[in-house]
Amino acid sequence: MYITSPQFKENAARALADARLQKALSRTGSHAKRARAVAALPEFERLRDTGRDIKNHTLANLDFYLEAYAEKVEAAGGHVHWCGTADEARAAVLEICRKAGARTVTKGKSMISEELGINDHLEANGIRPVETDLGEYILQLRREPPSHIIGPAFHLNREDWEESFRRSHTDLPADRVFHERRDILAEARTRLREAFLAADVGITGANFLIAETGSSVIVTNEGNGDLTQTLPRVHVVLASIEKVVPTLEDCTSLLRLLARSATGQDFSVYTTFSTGARRPADLDGPEEYHVVLVDNGRSAMVGTEFQDMLRCIRCAACMNHCPVYGVTGGHAYGWVYPGPMGSVLTPSLVGVDKAAHLPNASSFCGRCESVCPVRIPLPKMMRHWREREFERHLTPLPQRRALGLWGWLARRPGAYRLAARLGMGALGLLGRGRGAFTWMPGAAGWTRGRDLPAPEPGGTFMDRYARQRRGAGE
Amino acid sequence: MSRNAILGAIRRGLKRGELPQDQQEMLRDRMARHPRHLIPARSRLPHGEQVALFIARLEAEFGTLERVPDASQVPQAVADYLAGQNLPPRLAMAPHPELQALPWSSLPLLSVEARRAEGTDMVSVQHGYAGIAETGTLMLPSAPERPTTLNLLAETAIVVLRAADVVGAYEEAWDRLRGAGPMPRNVMLVTGPSRSADIEQTLELGAHGPRRLHVILVDEPGPPP
Ligand code: SF4
Repeated sequence: MYITSPQFKENAARALADARLQKALSRTGSHAKRARAVAALPEFERLRDTGRDIKNHTLANLDFYLEAYAEKVEAAGGHVHWCGTADEARAAVLEICRKAGARTVTKGKSMISEELGINDHLEANGIRPVETDLGEYILQLRREPPSHIIGPAFHLNREDWEESFRRSHTDLPADRVFHERRDILAEARTRLREAFLAADVGITGANFLIAETGSSVIVTNEGNGDLTQTLPRVHVVLASIEKVVPTLEDCTSLLRLLARSATGQDFSVYTTFSTGARRPADLDGPEEYHVVLVDNGRSAMVGTEFQDMLRCIRCAACMNHCPVYGVTGGHAYGWVYPGPMGSVLTPSLVGVDKAAHLPNASSFCGRCESVCPVRIPLPKMMRHWREREFERHLTPLPQRRALGLWGWLARRPGAYRLAARLGMGALGLLGRGRGAFTWMPGAAGWTRGRDLPAPEPGGTFMDRYARQRRGAGE
Repeated sequence: MSRNAILGAIRRGLKRGELPQDQQEMLRDRMARHPRHLIPARSRLPHGEQVALFIARLEAEFGTLERVPDASQVPQAVADYLAGQNLPPRLAMAPHPELQALPWSSLPLLSVEARRAEGTDMVSVQHGYAGIAETGTLMLPSAPERPTTLNLLAETAIVVLRAADVVGAYEEAWDRLRGAGPMPRNVMLVTGPSRSADIEQTLELGAHGPRRLHVILVDEPGPPP
C-alpha cells in the first residue's frame, strides 16, 4: 500500500475540512457500547492483567511456540509457509493460487492482507480477489483503503454506499430504490454469494493461532470469513508471527476481552477455529489448508522498547477512544494501521523516517492506554519514537530549537521558574476579564480548534506549592 | 531459509539461543495441562440456572428458542416454527444419528434431507454439540455427521440442543471436546444470527450467514431415543 504518512499534517487538514467525513466521524457510539459491556463483567480489569500476562509469556517464548504451532498444523495435514518479508508472503500466496488454478479468490477481512498488498499482487497476475466483508467490499469497489481496523468503511455514509452500488452493479435496474440500509445489505449478500460459490481459493486472516492444536482462529459478525474458508477447495490463512498463543484456554481468555473492547459485544457472532484440511468422510470444508506465516518487521521488535506492541489483539479500542482519530479519521494516518496503535506500529514496520508525524499526532491524554485490553503503554511508546526521531535529526529545525531552549531551561530550575512567572504574568494581564484566549499570535493553528485558558491570579504552581507548605507550618 | 531466519531474529531479540531442553519441557507441560485462567463468576451456577442464563443470553443476541420436554417432539416443533415464519416445509438436516432417529416420518408434509447445505437451501437443521451459558453461545464442531455448511448457508438455521449439553463457561466445552478425540477440522462458536454494522455503524441482521437462529432445546435427560 502507498504510504502517505509523511503528509500527515496535510492529510489531517484535509480531513478536518471534509464535511462528509466529519459527518461519518460524528457517529460515535463505540465508547458507550464498550463501557456497557465492561460494566457488565466485574472481572474485566483482572482479565486485562491475564491477557497482558498471556501475551508476555508467549512473546518471551515466541520461537518455541511458533515451532510447536507449525508442527501441529503439519500433523493435521496443513502446510506452513514461513515468510520473512512482504515480498515472500505475496509470492507464497500467488504460488498457492496458481497451483490451485485459481481465477477467483474470496477474501475475509484481514489487516495483514492490506499490509502485504495481496489484492494488487493477485490482480496484477490475472487473479480476481473479491473482498467479502461488507465494509471491505465497498472499499474494493471504491478502490479505497480501510480507515479503521475493524470497521473499514467507518468513514462512509449511506449515500456513498448507494452511489457505489449503482455505479458498480450496472446489471441491476438503475432506478432501483434503497428504502433502508437492509436493502443495501441484501444486494451485497446476493452479489457475494455468487463469488463465494465461484471461488477456487479463500483467503482469511487470523485473530489467533493456537500452538496446542495448530488451529487458526477468526472472529467475525457477518459470517463472511466462514464462507470464505469453508466453500473453496483451498483455504489460505494469512497471519503474522505474534498471533500465536499457547492453548485454547489462553485464547479463550483473550476472546473475553476482544469483542467487549472492539464492539461492546460480549462475544462476536462467529468465533471459528480451523485445524487442517477436510477429514476423510467430511461432507464439506477445504481440501487444502495453508498458513502463510509472516514476519515483515515484527521479529526486529522483539527485545526492544516496542516489544509490548506485539501484544496487540487489534480490537481498535485505542482508536475508538482517541481524540485525534476522532477528528482526522483513519486515512490521514497514511498507512494500514491508524490511531494510537498505528502511531506506534507504523514507524516500526515502515521506518520512523516515513512515519515520524504519527507518534506526534497525540495529545498524550492517555485514553488509549486506559482502554487497551492488553495494557499496552501506547503513550510511552509514542514518546520513545519521538526520542528516536529527535536523535536521528528528523525533527524540523524550529521544533528542535524550541526543544533545545526548553531543555536548557528545564535543567535550570531558577531560570525555569522565572520564565514561567514572567510568561504567566503577561498572559494573566492580557487575559484579565476574558477567561480564555480564542486566538494567539503564533499559535493560530492551535487556537482554531480550542481555547487557551488565561492563567488565574495566584502565581505559578511552584509559587502556590511553596506558599502552601509554608502555611502548613513545615 | 525464512524459518530459521525468523526464529534466529526472535532469539537474537530475546538475547538467547534455542530454549534449553528443560525449559522446553516446562512449556510442553503447560500446553498439555492447559491451565485455566480466571473464569467469570457469571456462569458459576447450578445447572438449571446455567440453562436459564444460556436462554437469556441467546435471546439478548437476537436468537430465538423453544423448549420441548423430549426429543420425539422436535419434528413437530420444527414444522410449527417453519409454518409460523411462512417458510417452506423443506430442510437440509445434519446426518447425525440423534437427529435421524427422530420421528420425522410422522410429518409427511415435511421434506427432510440428511446432507450438507447448498447455496439454495432456505432452512437447515444442525446438531448442537454444546451450549455455553456465559454468552449464549453454541459450540458446533465439524464432523461427517455435523457439516459446517449447515451453520452458514441457509437464511434460517435451526439447532437442536439437549439441555444436558449446556455448560457454564467455554473452558468446560473445550474439555468435553478434548475428551471426544483430536481437534475437529472446524469448531464454530456461534452467538446469535449473522449481522453487520458496516453501514453507518447501524446493526442489521442477516449479513452473509443466517438471518434467523432458532434453537430447539430438548429437556429430556440422558441419550435420546
Ligand atoms: S493497541 Fe490495544 S487498544 Fe489498540 S488495537 Fe491493539 S489491543 Fe486494541
